[in-house]
Amino acid sequence: MNDTAEIYDQGEYNFAYLDEQTKRMIRRAILKGIAIPGYQVPFASREMPMPYGWGTGGVQVTASILGKDDCLKMIDQGSDDTTNAVSLRGFFEKTAGIRTTYETSEATVIQTRHRIPEKNLTENQVLVFQVPIPEPLRFLEPRETETRKMHALEDYGLMHVKLYEDIAKNGHIATTYAYPVKVNDRYVMDPSPTPKFDNPKIDQMEALQLYGAGREKRIYAIPPYTKVKSLDFEDYPFEVQKFDKPCGLCGAENVYLDEVILDDKGGRMFVCSDSDYCEERRAEGHAGPMAADPAAIQIGGATVEETI
Amino acid sequence: MYVAVKGGEKAIRNAHKLLAKRRRGDTSVPSLTLEQIAQQLSHSVARVMGEGSLYDETLAALAIKQSRGDLIEAAFLMRAYRTTLPRFGYSQPVDTAKMLVERRVSATYKDLPGGQVLGPTFDYSHRLLDFTLAAEEDNTGQSVETVQADDDAMPRVTDLLGDEGLMEPDPVTGEDTPVGDLTREPLSFPADRDLRLQNLARGDEGFLLALAYSTQRGYGRTHPFAGEIRYGEVEIEFFAEELGFAVTLGSIKVTECQMVNQFQGSAKAAPTFTRGYGLVFGQVERKAMSMAMVDRSMRWQELGEEQVAPAQDIEFVLSHSDNIQATGFVEHLKLPHYVDFQAELDLVRRMRDEWFEKRRQEENGDAAQEAAE
Amino acid sequence: METSIRTTTKNTPLAAGFQDPVHNAQTCFRAIMDVMARPGSRKVIDTHDLSPPAPLTPVAAAIALTLFDYDTPVWLDRSLNSSEAVKAFLRFHTGAPIVGEAVDASFALVSDPEHLIPLASFNQGSAEYPDQSTTVILTGQEFGTAPSVTLTGPGIKDTTVFATGPVPPVFWDQVASNNNQFPRGIDLIFAGETEIAALPRSTRISPTEV
Ligand SMILES: [Zn+2]
Repeated sequence: MNDTAEIYDQGEYNFAYLDEQTKRMIRRAILKGIAIPGYQVPFASREMPMPYGWGTGGVQVTASILGKDDCLKMIDQGSDDTTNAVSLRGFFEKTAGIRTTYETSEATVIQTRHRIPEKNLTENQVLVFQVPIPEPLRFLEPRETETRKMHALEDYGLMHVKLYEDIAKNGHIATTYAYPVKVNDRYVMDPSPTPKFDNPKIDQMEALQLYGAGREKRIYAIPPYTKVKSLDFEDYPFEVQKFDKPCGLCGAENVYLDEVILDDKGGRMFVCSDSDYCEERRAEGHAGPMAADPAAIQIGGATVEETI
Repeated sequence: MYVAVKGGEKAIRNAHKLLAKRRRGDTSVPSLTLEQIAQQLSHSVARVMGEGSLYDETLAALAIKQSRGDLIEAAFLMRAYRTTLPRFGYSQPVDTAKMLVERRVSATYKDLPGGQVLGPTFDYSHRLLDFTLAAEEDNTGQSVETVQADDDAMPRVTDLLGDEGLMEPDPVTGEDTPVGDLTREPLSFPADRDLRLQNLARGDEGFLLALAYSTQRGYGRTHPFAGEIRYGEVEIEFFAEELGFAVTLGSIKVTECQMVNQFQGSAKAAPTFTRGYGLVFGQVERKAMSMAMVDRSMRWQELGEEQVAPAQDIEFVLSHSDNIQATGFVEHLKLPHYVDFQAELDLVRRMRDEWFEKRRQEENGDAAQEAAE
Repeated sequence: METSIRTTTKNTPLAAGFQDPVHNAQTCFRAIMDVMARPGSRKVIDTHDLSPPAPLTPVAAAIALTLFDYDTPVWLDRSLNSSEAVKAFLRFHTGAPIVGEAVDASFALVSDPEHLIPLASFNQGSAEYPDQSTTVILTGQEFGTAPSVTLTGPGIKDTTVFATGPVPPVFWDQVASNNNQFPRGIDLIFAGETEIAALPRSTRISPTEV
């Protein structure tokens, strides 16, 4: 149990906090979500002991699928040790007493916010996303009554117009994260605010993907081996962000990088956003161009004087 | 060195220790007791019970103490506790006509059966800071003369109007009509009035106040009169299947507001007064009145009125009234977003490069043209 | 719940539910989730502590205990519906209301699948709320024996071959047309003696080429 697990030490709660009736309700919603890939299933989201917008949807989904033999990995921004990942991991350590890990390949359930691990996931894993706004059409049409109709009629003209206006104005689509996808040739879906760099990973992924939006009370899913296409145009095909340098610490290429500012004189370095992936590579002996730089040592996971 | 988001467990633990210390403040000052909060900050307690959707004065007092007086945070603590409680069923509707009234005012009649009972109120007080309260031992035990209200003789104003046919009747719901409950079923639109009222009762006081105010300033006028505001104690009854009759579980204090609104009639319905309804835990009159006005505003469709204003927009109002949801989502912006920001950084840099490149080409083009001329 | 035990069982002792309701339900759910996410695949369900009244099978009982409750109206086919013991078991352990009209049901339990009523009789969900359709659970299934169909779609890498029975003669045509109306349509769970399989509406069905 980690230290933040103590926060939840207020009394005896059911395994994984949720009562069994709530789990059943969420489990039924998950099954519907799997049967209708990309469709947002309404569910009676519960009030959780963490704020709405801080992962209550993902937490409810994870709590409903988790068993005592599961091994949970909790990441935020690709990293296991960001504050909210630490807090949510502590919640499950306390309420479910399950094993947790930083290692992607060891986990059976991975809950994430904003990233998909770099390492390919397997059929034996479930990836749970925390979703703030599940409705891909919400910023084009704020009314649920209207967007529901659009999904029913498969009327996604509004979305295409928006993307096309981007192209007309900027020469390319100006959406960099939460980039809309079409699932199984039917539903347009918000892949949660992961950078579009991660979109190709959700196409034909071997692991089951579950998406939970607590405040908006929606659950949706993408089964393994499902066609997921990022929306684009024939003359403007979807393309992902490319970094022109490798990870400064482990030298990895074609991975998503965080830009870390080293000083106030323009010094910066780029390092893997997926901290477990980066550490594993370094343990295997890979070294990036800045691995030996004293400024980089703190970032590389060496002991850091922690501050509040 | 930027370590805020890679702070890890120790940082979180220390932050919460520091919070506990700051919450307690100067230890030479006595710690607040829950009784003190429940007794002396009763309006805060009532608000926390209402927006926290759980009637328990002691727990509300604890939540207020724990949250350092942040009432939305306190209501959140109540909500999170509430969801863990077993649910035995739904109580019988409370009968506010049988209320043990402590305060009752009507703006629509000079006098009425049962009379006007001012009761405890800030109304008509002069808002001057009372420096005698600053004394350690404030002025206690002052004897107050009160009139014991005879509750049999205190009919609700809307019932009086109803006797004359001037007030729309209370909606009749069958015994078997299921009780809508947005904590058990996700809200879908259009939402019926039972769910709307539940949502408003849990809604943020400030949000409802602002919406109600907007209707007074022309954004969806509903011509309200404060038909009646009453505050007092009502009994909560629960129908016990195994006994075959309702048993009293206890009593709660509520404020009820019935706004009386003009309705000009339609082809189907004669002109009459209509009502907006507000009911909240404790003495929170501002919220009860606001709730009644917003409730009435959202009835535009049923009464054949036009939708012209935000307070009438059911989906807008119900989707944004809950301050636990609102505060969570607004404050989630404090969480690290650097992955998405990185994607945006990249795009903005690229777009700037393209913009300058285009400018440069245009200038070169101009220069070339000038040279050619 | 305590009070209903006497009124519904008429002196027959009521068969027990899960010994460990929290973890038994969780493992059973994960099996259902896995097979729903991988149409045509099979998972074993541990039912050693269940001996429900016939014709309710232990695997079907486990699914019911995992998914049914007060909020899920359940439709029973004739053979299950005629057993007071089965109804008492389901009512007591799940609290699910038992409904007479297939179209009102969240779940349908079928113990005599050869005489299954047309799939179109169940709730198909609406275009706006396709999730409100019925999930139909066929019990007493034997996998791999009957003529097979070929499945493609979400959850299936390339294609997979699936065979189960007994089912009515027109069953696969009905499933194919059910699935053609995606996103509307019912979902199917097949309960064998120890294993389960599932076919969500998203799967495309074609005859297996011999
Ligand atoms: Zn790296």
